[in-house]
Amino acid sequence: MTAAVDRARELPRPAPGWLARVDMGKLLAHLSLLLLVALWTFPTAGLLISSLRDKDQLAVSGWWTALTTSVTQGVTRVGTAEMQIEEGGRFVIRGNLFGTDTNKAIESFGLSNAAPAAAAAGQSLPMADGGAITVAADGGFEWVSDAAFTHTRGPRVFYVANIAPRFTVDNYIEVLTAAGVGRSFINSFTVTIPATIIPILMAAFAAYALAWMRFPFRGPIVALVVGLLVVPLQMSLIPLLSLYNGIANAFGAEDGKTYLGIWLAHTAFGLPLAIYLLRNYMAGLPKEIMESARIDGASHFKIFTGMVLPLSFPALASFSIFQFLWVWNDLLVAMVFLGAQESKLVLTGKLVSLLGSRGNNWEILTAGAFITIVVPLIVFFSLQRYFVRGLLSGSVK
Amino acid sequence: MSDIVQQVVGAVFAIAIALGGAVAYFWGSNWLLDKVLGTGTRMSGREITRRDNLRSRIRPWLFLLPALLFLSVYLIYPVIETFRLSLFDKTGRTFIGFSNYFWALGDGNFQRSIVNNIVWLIVVPSFATAFGLVIAVLADRLWWGNIAKSLVFMPMAISFVGASVIWKFVYDYRAEGAEQIGLLNAVVTGLGLPPQAWITIPFWNSILLMVILIWIQTGFAMVILSAALRGIPEETLEAARIDGANDFQIFFGIMIPQIRGTIVVVWTTITIVVLKVFDIIFAMTNGQWDTEVLANLMFKWMFVNFDYGRGSTIAVIIMLAVLPIMIWNIRRANAEEGTR
Repeated sequence: MTAAVDRARELPRPAPGWLARVDMGKLLAHLSLLLLVALWTFPTAGLLISSLRDKDQLAVSGWWTALTTSVTQGVTRVGTAEMQIEEGGRFVIRGNLFGTDTNKAIESFGLSNAAPAAAAAGQSLPMADGGAITVAADGGFEWVSDAAFTHTRGPRVFYVANIAPRFTVDNYIEVLTAAGVGRSFINSFTVTIPATIIPILMAAFAAYALAWMRFPFRGPIVALVVGLLVVPLQMSLIPLLSLYNGIANAFGAEDGKTYLGIWLAHTAFGLPLAIYLLRNYMAGLPKEIMESARIDGASHFKIFTGMVLPLSFPALASFSIFQFLWVWNDLLVAMVFLGAQESKLVLTGKLVSLLGSRGNNWEILTAGAFITIVVPLIVFFSLQRYFVRGLLSGSVK
Repeated sequence: MSDIVQQVVGAVFAIAIALGGAVAYFWGSNWLLDKVLGTGTRMSGREITRRDNLRSRIRPWLFLLPALLFLSVYLIYPVIETFRLSLFDKTGRTFIGFSNYFWALGDGNFQRSIVNNIVWLIVVPSFATAFGLVIAVLADRLWWGNIAKSLVFMPMAISFVGASVIWKFVYDYRAEGAEQIGLLNAVVTGLGLPPQAWITIPFWNSILLMVILIWIQTGFAMVILSAALRGIPEETLEAARIDGANDFQIFFGIMIPQIRGTIVVVWTTITIVVLKVFDIIFAMTNGQWDTEVLANLMFKWMFVNFDYGRGSTIAVIIMLAVLPIMIWNIRRANAEEGTR
């Protein structure tokens, strides 16, 4: 599917006009692939763009309109009589409908829900409590009356405002601090890094034994590892949970939900893949090197630490990436073995809890989701080569 | 704040202990073996041979011991224990035979889960494999194919929960008349149709949840199939072209048969992912609006109702569904072992 074939196909063709020279098949291929890539990237792009938008805009317009001005409706209570000041014999109440927001511009305003467009920016409307109100485009209002105000409840002013496109990292700041995602970020690292490192040496030694040592039951053990590769996690949860709780009770702790517990669980759940990947790789190392080393009198331990381990770096890297992504992205194991306590939630658990409690606050959800996926994406794009190589050796044999 | 410091110090400590422990164990146990069963010049030839044999018989087990210990405690024992628990009641003390299984057969939620799981098993692997194959074929012909592949592959790195939020945003619903901020409803209203609360409409909501998993798994299928396609000998394709075969004939007549084995591997791998799918349903609907699947149902019985008997029963049923693939994998591995 390559240049050679294309050339073979193009050779006998005459070359009349430029239109005829456009390869229709190729054009169709370009367009189809473009469409598919768009389908695959738009959802993520939408999330990223939305997380950077102003939260008021995000709530009223699609992310694809992020660069255009959007329209919002709002309502604000203007001040009570207490806020009036006397100026040259007249009474004035001033303020801003937007509070401290500066990215909005009044299009029109009104005094009832049904008529938010009764007057344009800069115009005045008579008020029920006396006098008239003028609202400027920047939201600043001036309510002026000849008689002193006496009302105790500020009347409501309804408005239609334009929001200029605005990008901000406010959502991220709020999510990381107020929403507690920052804490979960640290928790995720606490779980992931030991759970990625601990299984590696254990699996490497086992893989070497299964690849290069001769002993009874080697075949059945390999078969066992292959079988365990696909055992559903669900089979392990209940017995392990009981076991953990039993151990916790014996030590007088209230429950068995500890970081140590989840590290060991992830270690064990990652072992079958680790052993399988590493064994496949080690078994493919040249036999001659091993044999000559053996003849020179090197022990298995020396061969393993001195030769096999350094040579297996690509496979070790592949597994580390798999395990890192799997642990970082895991929800089930974290919920079962670490629990739903706020201070122990990892990012995936935190995101689920935000979906429940802040389900309509898309500025929180989009920024929170992006924080949970950014680390895997960095790992993925920087180490894609090893990731692909691992996938290939893990499934195609 | 101090508990965060404590937590981070704990993690660093754990890494140090694990690495130090592993080095100490492997080095120490091997040293001990060589010391205890070492050979000296004053020994008889027979004694030396005996000790050499003994050492080489023990050493593999020293290498394997930690891994086997972990596999036994965390996977083998629980599998057996879960089978046992599925024959017991809620508390795990009273033996009730197959009552849990009979209960499952008659339970509405269970039946719905089974039906949904079957639809998932048909839809997700087939679409993910088909899309993966098409993208692999297209990308390998075009100069920007590698960039395209990278982008399609990217969702593989995203957690199921993260993907759920991404798609929940796509499926977002605003009442008719309001401006839609979800991509799907924006397209629908753009075509002049009324917007829908997609996640609450039975059947279609399940399909939309499946879309999430297809979106994630297509990259996997694409990478594996792309590698297999490159393995097809150049001459085979060229010969077909010279014989006048067009692109479609080459695709269906030559490429697909050549990589059939790989397609099966991709299909079964995705099948296993589908059988275990939990996060997407848990995050999107938690089984409401008829979207229940086995893994989420199992979680409910275990963690909401605290009925370990029924929870185990559902786990065993997932396990039974995986079993044929497991056996097939083992046989394949054994066959390979034989050719080595």
